[in-house]
Amino acid sequence: MALETFLQLTLNGLAVGCIYSLVALGFVLIYKATELVNFAQGDLLMLGAFTCYMFVVWYGVGYWPAFLLSVVLIAAFGALLDWLILRRVIGQPQFAVVMLTIGLGAIFRSFASMFWGSEIYTLPTPFSAQQTVVRGISVSHEYVSIIVGTVLLCAILYLFFAYTKLGIAMQAASQNQLAAYYMGIPVKRMFSLIWAISAGVAAVAGVLLAPVSLIDANSLGFIGLKAFAAAVLGGFGSIPGALVGGITIGLIELFSGAYLSPGFNSIAPYAVLLAVLVVRPQGVFGVVGRKRV
Amino acid sequence: MTFFRADAIAIHFGGIKAVDGVSFEVEKGEVFTIIGPNGAGKTTIFNLVSRIYAPTAGRLIFCDEDITAVPPYQIARRGIARTFQNNELFEHASVLQNLLLGRHAHKRSNFLEELLFLPRVKRLELEHREAVEKVIDFLDLQPYRDSLIVNLPYGVRKVVEMARALCTEPKLLLLDEPSSGLNVEETGDMAFWIQDIRDLLGVTVLMVEHDMSLVSAVSDKVLALSYGRPLAIGTPAEVQSHPDVVRAYLGG
Amino acid sequence: MRFLFKTRYEQDLGLFRDDVQRNCYVALLAAMVALPFLMPDFIPDFSLVLIYGLCGLSLMVLAGFTGLVSLGHAAFLGIGAYAHVYFSQTLGLPWIVSVALAAFVSAGAGVLVGLPALRMTGLYLAIATLAFAQIIQEVFNRWEAVTGGLKGEAVERPVIFGYSFHGDGVILGASIAYEDLAFYFLCLAFLIAALWLTRNLLRAPTGRAFVAIRDSEIAAQSMGINLALYKTMAFAYSAALMGVAGALFAHKIGFLAPDIFSILLSIQFLLMVVVGGLGSLHGAVLGAIFVALLPVAIGEVREGLPDWLGHLFAAFGPQASEAVAETVDRFVKQPGLEPGIFGLILVLFILFEPQGLYGRWGKIKLYFSQFPLYKRASFRRQKSYMRSERLR
Repeated sequence: MALETFLQLTLNGLAVGCIYSLVALGFVLIYKATELVNFAQGDLLMLGAFTCYMFVVWYGVGYWPAFLLSVVLIAAFGALLDWLILRRVIGQPQFAVVMLTIGLGAIFRSFASMFWGSEIYTLPTPFSAQQTVVRGISVSHEYVSIIVGTVLLCAILYLFFAYTKLGIAMQAASQNQLAAYYMGIPVKRMFSLIWAISAGVAAVAGVLLAPVSLIDANSLGFIGLKAFAAAVLGGFGSIPGALVGGITIGLIELFSGAYLSPGFNSIAPYAVLLAVLVVRPQGVFGVVGRKRV
Repeated sequence: MTFFRADAIAIHFGGIKAVDGVSFEVEKGEVFTIIGPNGAGKTTIFNLVSRIYAPTAGRLIFCDEDITAVPPYQIARRGIARTFQNNELFEHASVLQNLLLGRHAHKRSNFLEELLFLPRVKRLELEHREAVEKVIDFLDLQPYRDSLIVNLPYGVRKVVEMARALCTEPKLLLLDEPSSGLNVEETGDMAFWIQDIRDLLGVTVLMVEHDMSLVSAVSDKVLALSYGRPLAIGTPAEVQSHPDVVRAYLGG
Repeated sequence: MRFLFKTRYEQDLGLFRDDVQRNCYVALLAAMVALPFLMPDFIPDFSLVLIYGLCGLSLMVLAGFTGLVSLGHAAFLGIGAYAHVYFSQTLGLPWIVSVALAAFVSAGAGVLVGLPALRMTGLYLAIATLAFAQIIQEVFNRWEAVTGGLKGEAVERPVIFGYSFHGDGVILGASIAYEDLAFYFLCLAFLIAALWLTRNLLRAPTGRAFVAIRDSEIAAQSMGINLALYKTMAFAYSAALMGVAGALFAHKIGFLAPDIFSILLSIQFLLMVVVGGLGSLHGAVLGAIFVALLPVAIGEVREGLPDWLGHLFAAFGPQASEAVAETVDRFVKQPGLEPGIFGLILVLFILFEPQGLYGRWGKIKLYFSQFPLYKRASFRRQKSYMRSERLR
């Protein structure tokens, strides 16, 4: 295959993969902290995209302020979710929480289609439809913005968790809630903060994705499922794993779309997911947990 | 015939040698106790014997058969049963259902027969029920037969755990800290039950214990462990007066 | 309060606790038989409830009794439906054989999903079933020879032993289509048979093993339960039930298309299990009734609510009344409201009624039998805080 095609596919795969990484990052953050899996993460991405669209198109706010506003709004919404609903299910069996977040996801999708309508929208951005051609590959500015945004965000989060007091406190709360309480860590506030960060990350992903894909209540929600594949591939408790997993899934999707018959490319991420779950369920970077008897 | 022997078993978790070259032999019909400070590897040995963990080295021999590679679910069928340190009872079932599950190793009906609940299945169920009732009589669990486990006090749960292990009709019974959390009176009951299990039921008992009075009262042989290594082995009196054991565990 | 005095072990083994309970169920059966004659307009809805009952039973066995959460269970329904249509219409096999084969194929798919499940803990299994469901949907889209692809496939009426019902008649003064009536009784027969088989399984060692796997896998293993075998059995049995339900479902909806068996349908099945109450057969049926009748209820509310609220606000004058009626009308007539309502009910039940409708019924019975000594804390659950405690 021609080098240009290969590089083009790689670039596009990287960009798509970055979106999956961001959503997977949201999963991993919440899972590390609270051991809950938020099946509504993809729907938070969708809400982020819609909110930004609303600010830009309905209210004429500029792109960057709208970006910031929607991220903050969705982050606050995530914290509110935790405070109102998810706090009550701490300590309950995992099945209950899975059901809860699935139900929430359905509510978000329904709300979005009722509030913003069920047509498909596009988001105009400063990068829209601009590209630079580098040696035969068209480098879309939107894709570059996605990649740069993801890398920046991951770096910030990594530094936050590794070097700030707050980040370390969060890790403590994620491992043993009772002990964290005893140490004076405000566990409930930590969890709300984690949910806020996670929702914010999803919103960023949504805004970055919006110009590339089309904004539609149902399809954006399904990104969550592919991001699952990414999170599992990278290892559910690992932040660098989310990044690696997401990019891998993105590349797999693009390359399989080019080489396999149609239909296969849409199920390629799921097939990879199943394969990983069979062969190495803890993913590339994950750790196997075991009950002590 | 070798009833039960552990040959230099060892297990390493990463760099930690939880059990490091422990060998001991259990004779048929005796009560063999393993003592030692926390972290010595006592429960890990139990987990190795019931094959929840796979040893990194060494062999386990039961009734002249090498069971080192046997899958965990076949251990019960060979006649080894165990209790767990933190009760692993089936919380949302009744005591009776927990005990009936102990009979699973003796299941003789297949899926299709059970689907249609043929008379044969009914007859086998009644046999299982009778066997379970014998254990209930032995351990005085009649008042708790239909109670859900979640509603039972701790002391009763420990007895139910032991009853469930007995329902499998084991040849070797592994008791993990049978007296932890029990008061003096309940510990006395436990001592009588362990002796009855050895004398009346003919079951060999391998146990882990911290309560020295219980150890002295019922054990025939004692093994002291520390940091995964054996310190001393012998009668309770010998081990309890051994200088290494006193230094590492029992204290002045 | 009645006290049950047991004198024989058989009393614990039987299908019913005592004669009184048996008579209650016989009366229930009589009511179910009489129902289509009393409310003939709703016969198709009742048939759907019965089919959903089978689906709820299937998921209850897997998730409620064995603790294996399947988020993509609608895929098995689709496999059963398409397989049955293929065997009976394309291949022309007799109806009973076709249904049996559909159940078999579905069970095989269940085993396929179950095999990777053996190495996964609950969460990963849930994700795997979701991925599997997506893959199956794609297969439905692409495998045109068998499924007719995206354009879908029409389903003919059931022809059982060469006899197919048709025509109308007048019974008890109401006009009833014979084929609807026959289909209702067919579904009823299948549901009762499935309930009986499952009940047998649950009072036998296999059913106990399922519950053991749910509550403590490690203890189950040390009792001699082969986890791999029993998990696979649970998947196969559950999928087989779904396969049979799929065959009936195909006849009911009359036209198969891949997007019927979507995540939304799987969520409806999960809603059934949660609303009914995990871990009970009654819960499966109660949940099925709830979920099957919910869209009907939503439809009625959609029609009636705007006018009703308008009347309520009539005290504020005709203009206010109109305005209220109009806004509410616009709100409830939106498409996409239904999934939101399902999600909302799911969330509310998890938060406030985790043991479902059957659990609530049990609590009510306990209240009356222990009056006035009933304690609300009787049902408070033990929360587990440490991470290692929650790993199973």
